[in-house]
Amino acid sequence: MRIRALVIRILQQFYRDKRTVAMMILAPIFILTMVHLVFNSDSYEPEIGLINAPSKLEEALPDNATSIYKTEAAAQKDLAAGKIDGYLQVGSTIHIMVEGSDPSISKSVVEKIRTAFPSTGAASPDIKVDALYGETDMSQFDSFGPILLGFFAFFFVFLVAGVSFLRERTSGTLERLLSSPVRRWEFVLSYVIGFGLFTMIQSAIIVFYAVYILGMMNEGSILLVLLTTLILSLTALTLGILLSTFAKNELQMIQFIPIIVVPQVFFSGLFPLETISRYISWISNITPLYYAGDALKDVMIRGKGLGSIAEPLIILLCFSLLFIVINIAALKRYRKI
Amino acid sequence: MDVNPVLFVNHLSKAFGKRPVLENIDMEVQQGEILGLLGPSGAGKTTLVKAIIGLESPDSGNVSVLGTTMPNLEIIEQIGYMAQADALYHDLTALENLQFFARLYGLSKLQQKDRIEETAQLVNLSDQLHKPVAQYSGGMKRRLSICIALLNKPKLLILDEPTVGIDPVLRKSIWETFRQLKESGTSIIVTTHVMDEAEKCDRLAMIRNGKIIAIDSPKQLIRRSNTQTMEEAFLFYGGVEDEN
Repeated sequence: MRIRALVIRILQQFYRDKRTVAMMILAPIFILTMVHLVFNSDSYEPEIGLINAPSKLEEALPDNATSIYKTEAAAQKDLAAGKIDGYLQVGSTIHIMVEGSDPSISKSVVEKIRTAFPSTGAASPDIKVDALYGETDMSQFDSFGPILLGFFAFFFVFLVAGVSFLRERTSGTLERLLSSPVRRWEFVLSYVIGFGLFTMIQSAIIVFYAVYILGMMNEGSILLVLLTTLILSLTALTLGILLSTFAKNELQMIQFIPIIVVPQVFFSGLFPLETISRYISWISNITPLYYAGDALKDVMIRGKGLGSIAEPLIILLCFSLLFIVINIAALKRYRKI
Repeated sequence: MDVNPVLFVNHLSKAFGKRPVLENIDMEVQQGEILGLLGPSGAGKTTLVKAIIGLESPDSGNVSVLGTTMPNLEIIEQIGYMAQADALYHDLTALENLQFFARLYGLSKLQQKDRIEETAQLVNLSDQLHKPVAQYSGGMKRRLSICIALLNKPKLLILDEPTVGIDPVLRKSIWETFRQLKESGTSIIVTTHVMDEAEKCDRLAMIRNGKIIAIDSPKQLIRRSNTQTMEEAFLFYGGVEDEN
């Protein structure tokens, strides 16, 4: 089998290039550990729903009190849907419910309500805080974590796959292969399988390290986390191969990082998407990391199942499929059939 | 004259942008014939060879191999090709490279072993197969590339500058191999810019600026030009190019 031949060769090359293998596994672990140790927070204007709150409180939160509810059920529904970041219920006690997946947002909700109370004239009240998802004491690392996992899966696979494909072109082996009976689709598919097998191991190691050693929060199934990172790697792989066609050498491949990889970080969910200017926020729809970040957060923080992450996963698979098809067509440049 | 030539090139022309690289090339290669393509670098030899194997698509004219118009994937399976650049995987061993290409051409495990042993013997690499290609010298890489081109027992063998950097003793034995292959019915196309190597071919196509300036047996080429050496003959045919 020609595909088998190509896959075996790709895996042999991994085996020989131990440094790259180490880089793909150890670098993410190293950076994850760093982020685990160092983290910061940023300010964000949360959207708060009010139930039964005095109108003075509403006036004290001019930017934040965006929705008024009659029942808690209605507020909870909007909270789960992400329309508000938290709600405040004033009854016999004061109860704040936050969404919980991003601790910096949770903190800002509580903070805003606390500072609003003195202006209403009431004495500093007893406030009970609950979170819809996650825990109220979730660390910044827990909320960054899923996105970092996605980012590393994307970044390293993109770069290594792109460079190996590029080498195939610059060393003349691509031409040599196309002068053999290999079909263009067999060639592209072999890269997907060969690198797919390797990335499976890579993502497994990184995910297990993050969850079991660094204690990154994971409410959902670890298999779904693996599935999501694997599908994202596939997108990274096919995009890397595709873009390597437009690079003349390794350095030019690296030049794609600030253009292709870094901007995705802004749309990955690492920063609240609500604060991004409307003029560019549409870009999130075409960045693979946005979908992967979404899915990973759903699984790891919100503990959701396959049903609710199916949509982003399918979109990612469509990206990969699109890139594969373009790749196969792009090889026509070298051989017409 | 054979009825069915192994290779038939018909009015082949190709330009890169506005610069013509091949102009109206006509030639054929019979079964068991060694055709040399002689010319300076930049003459268009490599482009011609690539057009034959289907890696360059011609602007006009066509190429057919074994009676089928190229490019054709079934026919490619019958061709052995050695590119000018050593297309090898440097981080793998020579054996791993050979196994890879053998699998690519669909050789069974048993055939693989036999063919690899056989061809490695021919190019004198049998004891060096376990070394990574990165440690190979230039000449060894060329020999390994020849070895790969022979794996699939091709009916047509296309070699682009096969003996560059190979020492004379080995070069002689490699030409010996070509002769044996020819005897067993393989047709061979060899590009070269070395004049004395050209004399070993059955027929020789002299190529200059993308045109075949003369094509005949080496002896005839020298005789017809009234010269003593291949070099002088080349100058002679190159000089009268405008009159044709």
